[in-house]
Amino acid sequence: MTPQRAAGIAGIVLVGAALVWVLFVGLPRWTASTPADPAPAADAPGQASPKIHARLFYVTPSGSRLMPVEREVDFADTPGAQARRLVEAQLAPPPEGVVSAIPEGTKLRNLYVSGGIAYVDVTGEITTGHTGGSLAEILTVYSLVNVLTENLPAVTSVQILIDGKEADTLAGHVDLRRPLERSPDWVDQPAAAADETTG
Amino acid sequence: MTPRRSIGVALPAALAALVSMAIAQGPPAAPLRLLTPEGTRTLPTVQVGDVEMVALDDLAAVFPMTAKEDPITKAITVDWRGQSIMLTPDQSLASAGGRLISLPAAPRRIRDRWHVPVEFIARALAPGASPRIELRKPSRLVIVGDLVVPRLIVRHEAPGTQGRLTIDVSPPAPHTVVQQGDRLIVRFQAAAIDPTIAPFTARGFVRTVRPAPGAPELIVELGPRFGSFRASVLPSDGGIERIVIDVFPPVETTDAAPGTPSAPAPAAPDAPPFASGAVAGLRAIVIDPGHGGDESGARGAGGTLEKDVTLAVARRLKGAIESRLGSRVLLTRNDDRTVPMDERAALANNNKADLFISLHANASAGGVLSGAEVFYLRLEQQGEEARRIAEAERVSMPVFGGGTRDIDIMLWEMAQARYIEQSSRLAAIVEQELRRVVPMSRRPIQQGPLRVLVGANMPAVLVELGYLSNPAQEELLGSSEFAGRAAQALLAAIVRFDATVRANARAAAPPAPLTAETARP
Repeated sequence: MTPQRAAGIAGIVLVGAALVWVLFVGLPRWTASTPADPAPAADAPGQASPKIHARLFYVTPSGSRLMPVEREVDFADTPGAQARRLVEAQLAPPPEGVVSAIPEGTKLRNLYVSGGIAYVDVTGEITTGHTGGSLAEILTVYSLVNVLTENLPAVTSVQILIDGKEADTLAGHVDLRRPLERSPDWVDQPAAAADETTG
Repeated sequence: MTPRRSIGVALPAALAALVSMAIAQGPPAAPLRLLTPEGTRTLPTVQVGDVEMVALDDLAAVFPMTAKEDPITKAITVDWRGQSIMLTPDQSLASAGGRLISLPAAPRRIRDRWHVPVEFIARALAPGASPRIELRKPSRLVIVGDLVVPRLIVRHEAPGTQGRLTIDVSPPAPHTVVQQGDRLIVRFQAAAIDPTIAPFTARGFVRTVRPAPGAPELIVELGPRFGSFRASVLPSDGGIERIVIDVFPPVETTDAAPGTPSAPAPAAPDAPPFASGAVAGLRAIVIDPGHGGDESGARGAGGTLEKDVTLAVARRLKGAIESRLGSRVLLTRNDDRTVPMDERAALANNNKADLFISLHANASAGGVLSGAEVFYLRLEQQGEEARRIAEAERVSMPVFGGGTRDIDIMLWEMAQARYIEQSSRLAAIVEQELRRVVPMSRRPIQQGPLRVLVGANMPAVLVELGYLSNPAQEELLGSSEFAGRAAQALLAAIVRFDATVRANARAAAPPAPLTAETARP
């Protein structure tokens, strides 16, 4: 009841509140960025780690479709860990001369594979950095859907989560409430005919 | 580090308990009603933010399940019919029998009891359960076992000299209609009923319609203009049966037999066919100017906003349709404001619109693409499955309410699924008319899983008017001349579609409807 004592209580409450934040907001954030699949420590960077041939998806020069581009992606020994490598490769800055349909700065937060469905949890840049338009949004979504469903037989559909939560749409068009299956509708194949034999 | 940390854990834990009681937990929602062959029970829920939650131990009291919390990992394990459901306190993803399921929120401890979102019932407990478990969240029902609980959509209209009550029943259930004093009782042979009663203005024939407490009955309170009634049943495809109760004023003007208690009679000759509105062509049309308010949509390099382009075309189109066709036209927004996705299709569904057209402007990387495109819905396989299941179980979709999750989503998804063919025909007509006056894209008709179309219970397309990412197109789309041309082309398409609807209706249902013409405002 003395001012000092009141100040002391207020101080404790403030410190407590800060700790509450750390415990319930901060810690989950930190831990969320650690991989969920217990496979990751396998490869040491610098060594010639095994690779797989994978098809990543970028926008065609006209901007109307996606095209597959063959890249080497680190090998991982579980579908979940491999899915993570594939999405990380897809989210990385695109190779010279091609454009990604996924807004710059989008990061993978988490990824789970279960029952043929990959849950891909990405950061909010995928929405906030989006240009809008049905076509651009469709190409963004199917870059992620196709990179997993084309390269991983264990994945038949993909549900995109944003900042850990289920999302309605990215920018008002494509229905993200349920898993989406691979769609060849939005992919141009002819230029990649040679790739068919290598894959 | 460790001693400090342990203090840091104890204090916040105590505070968190206080916080969760004081702030997080909102006013309790109405309890869910649990219908089982043995009887009815209630299942209390609490509202936490926009998520409705139920306590695990309340679930354990009604379902044969046990929940255990691991003191070290904090994980909660639910044993359910020989399989394990794993929940983690800060995760909205859970695992059920080895499959991942997604919930709207993570489990939460409230007053020392673990709570999970009510969707847990549909997603974790219901799959594969025998007896069957069905969650109907908007109706506040959980149905256990093979109980028949028909959904009822009740409407009343009073065009001119008589009143008409229609009750759409799905799945169909045997019923009787009897008069008891100044009431009609519609009694169903079912475990319970799940009614949605459309608001109506009492015009003297019927005062109110309400469900009887604790019985599968609707009570129709009759008004002063009531003289007699006649009940008939119109069987229909899609698993919906329609009960039509015509209410006549007292004697003189009508030759109908006065108030005989009647069992379901064969369809009366003057009862309208199920799609009565269609005979009169398109009665109501909903135009949806895409985006709005906080959501500007695509933006051209010159600053033209998609939300402004779509609104300009929508306003012109509304005026054009009203003067040419006389149909009622509703806009999902008539100014610059944010409209949630579900409200857009719900406006069309609630107004029994015959057509839904969503207007958008496109964007692409690179800025070279140009031209208009017409989209209609592409169903994912899951949607197809939902449709098959729904059809197999002969449940069908209610017309009121919004698209919420689970069972409702399946049903709403089925709504547009039923119209995909008509929507593709509409898309073709729209494309042909647009082509006459505006530049078209190289792929002018497309199919995609578009959110705004999913819930529309009528033919529906989404028109991308052009590319704002292309500077020449941006200039075009921003001009009022373009808005006028696009509106004229869309009107021409709607007129053509209206003609096909009328032709089909004439071919399918020759008898003139009782109400369709007179009911028009």
